[in-house]
Amino acid sequence: MKPPRFSYHDPESVSEVLELLGRYDNAKLLAGGQSLMPMLNMRFVLPDHVIDLNRIEALSYIREVPGALEIGAMTRQRDLELDAAVRARCPLLPEAMLEVGHRQTRNRGTLGGSLCHLDPAAELVAVSTALDAVVSVTGPGGTREVPFAHFPRAYMTPAVEPDEVLTGVRFPLWAQGHGYAFVEFARRHGDFAVCSATVLLEKESGAKITRASVTVAGLAPAPLRVREVEQALVGNAASEALFRDVAERCRALDAMGDVHAPASYRQQLAAVLTRRALEKANARCA
Amino acid sequence: MRDVPEIRVEAPQPMSEKRTIAVTVNGVRHEQEVEVRLTLADFLRQNLGLTGTHLGCEHGVCGACTILCDAHSVRSCLMLAVQAHGRTITTVESLAPGPDRLHPLQAAFSANHGLQCGFCTPGILMTLVEFLREHPDPTEEEVRIALSGNLCRCTGYQGIVASALDAAKRLRTAGRR
Repeated sequence: MKPPRFSYHDPESVSEVLELLGRYDNAKLLAGGQSLMPMLNMRFVLPDHVIDLNRIEALSYIREVPGALEIGAMTRQRDLELDAAVRARCPLLPEAMLEVGHRQTRNRGTLGGSLCHLDPAAELVAVSTALDAVVSVTGPGGTREVPFAHFPRAYMTPAVEPDEVLTGVRFPLWAQGHGYAFVEFARRHGDFAVCSATVLLEKESGAKITRASVTVAGLAPAPLRVREVEQALVGNAASEALFRDVAERCRALDAMGDVHAPASYRQQLAAVLTRRALEKANARCA
Repeated sequence: MRDVPEIRVEAPQPMSEKRTIAVTVNGVRHEQEVEVRLTLADFLRQNLGLTGTHLGCEHGVCGACTILCDAHSVRSCLMLAVQAHGRTITTVESLAPGPDRLHPLQAAFSANHGLQCGFCTPGILMTLVEFLREHPDPTEEEVRIALSGNLCRCTGYQGIVASALDAAKRLRTAGRR
């Protein structure tokens, strides 16, 4: 038996979860289990209580509301990949989802689980940064909305208190016909990225860019919105030369190095992947 | 006087928490009391004796323990047995229609050298059951991506990919009959 001993709870509502979180210390929330279960099997975490969210049907939904998609925290990554409304209104999500783990892990893995695990190079974390997602966090005092820019508090540490639970995410929609691209480099298909670039573009009927979102992940403890590049794009006509010039600025971003890649290599990837993502997004603009 | 290290006696472990679960595995309903920390993979292998589901890494990397939970492929080392309560589980033992007959997927693997030691094969077969149901006529590239979560250290994957493509053909033919 690999996991350590713990008490198991499988509540069917968010209010029961809050009650359990209030009652017990050293409790861990179990979402899709694709990160927590390996850590339990290796005994990296030793919770006294595991609170399983998988029986809470109210946390699994995808709703189209005016100007946004609202998605429940326990929605499976598979559904983000295949849902018709997501594919039609926010095609960036399915594109990034194909790089999240593998078919077997996306069948279990959830939106909320990935965001709370908060790996610096996780695809869902990058996409939530790019889309200015708003996270709903519910605690004993009610629900608060956290703009995704304030959600990562530190390395792999989300802005969720021990007595709170992430319940849903709102993804604001871009105009129909917007360009989008998620491009990453990983050593093997399905690995966390060494570096990724996420781009969204809106253009006027000509070539002029009217709105841009550029996110680079894998350099810092949380994905970076590269405002300088966004500002350099807006108001200008899309062209290969423009994309090459602005993407080059990503080489100057601060980067961390680790066993997988030194900082200089990540900066090189940031520049190259941003250029590729810009070109791909531009080609998709209606 | 030498320092004598303090002898520390560990507090006795709390009693292991147990629960009774009811799971349908390969069409048979099982009701058993299990420890809550038991993984689904260990439940299948140790409690039910279904050792066709293999355990390689036990932390969700190798894919050998892939099974179907409510018809979707999942890694059974990353689920607790208690989470399978009320669910329908399908393992590699369900594939062959009889002791002397192979499922079209198994026949394709036999014909195309899709396995050598065979350790990874159950997980690959169960992944392909779901994949080929959703993609009856896949490209080679799609097969390679579908199998990216299953590690094989013998074959170099060429035989596995050929087997999967052949299996797709066999299943399409079988479906037409």
